[in-house]
Amino acid sequence: MLQISQQVYDAIRQHGEETYPHECCGVLLGRFRSEAGTTVNEVEGAARTTNTRADSAHNRYEIDPRELVRIQRSSREQGLEIVGFYHSHPDCPAHWSSTDLAEAHWIGCSYVITAVEKGSARQTNSFHLAGTTEDDKALVRETIEIAGQLDPGLEPAGAEDAL
Amino acid sequence: MRIDIPASLRAYTNNLPCVTVQADTVAQAIATLFDQYPEFRNHLYKPEGTLRSFVNLYLNDAEVRYLPDREETAVKETDTLSIIPSIAGGGGAGPSRTAAGRAEPLE
Repeated sequence: MLQISQQVYDAIRQHGEETYPHECCGVLLGRFRSEAGTTVNEVEGAARTTNTRADSAHNRYEIDPRELVRIQRSSREQGLEIVGFYHSHPDCPAHWSSTDLAEAHWIGCSYVITAVEKGSARQTNSFHLAGTTEDDKALVRETIEIAGQLDPGLEPAGAEDAL
Repeated sequence: MRIDIPASLRAYTNNLPCVTVQADTVAQAIATLFDQYPEFRNHLYKPEGTLRSFVNLYLNDAEVRYLPDREETAVKETDTLSIIPSIAGGGGAGPSRTAAGRAEPLE
């Protein structure tokens, strides 16, 4: 489960609208915890990052590891961890693609995707990177709890490489 | 020196967020880390002993693979080694990356 405040939820969606028609990307900061046997990634804040894929920003994103180093260090000073990442899919569903899975390596973290259609944020889904190694990793749809309310509209999960 | 462990890999360091080791080089620091936590090796290195392409090692603010002496770079007690898996993706068909991170043109 992903727990997130309305403010941060709105902020990451807005980021996708601002960068449209390009993909936005960023880091989710917070804490990991377990609740009744369920993994909960509790988001306290988000850090915008630069999409370094200028060559194909409309359908690719990448975060410079140097930014991650900086973000990880500063967040730890605040007692926070990197608990996930977010990015947008311009005019493409809020599902993970085969590229999203291939490039996902932070097992245990949440990968949040927002579909931005013609400049407006639509569906936002979150996927937990489950597994223990590169060989058995899988992006599994997870519930988003926004400040005490469950996000009602989860589209079916699955890999889709939109043309 | 200190080795910062990303949250996603702490299951292999008894959930410690960082590990302190005595070492003269980056390679020694990594070797000491593996001695203490043997399961960690397979997550950073391929079976043939090369660093997995998606793993980035930073000595303070410098990426180890681009330092002149790479893993043989000397380290100080006050240095920090950060292990940072790559993060990338995208929604549609498009150019992929080579293992070295270079973009490939669409066919």
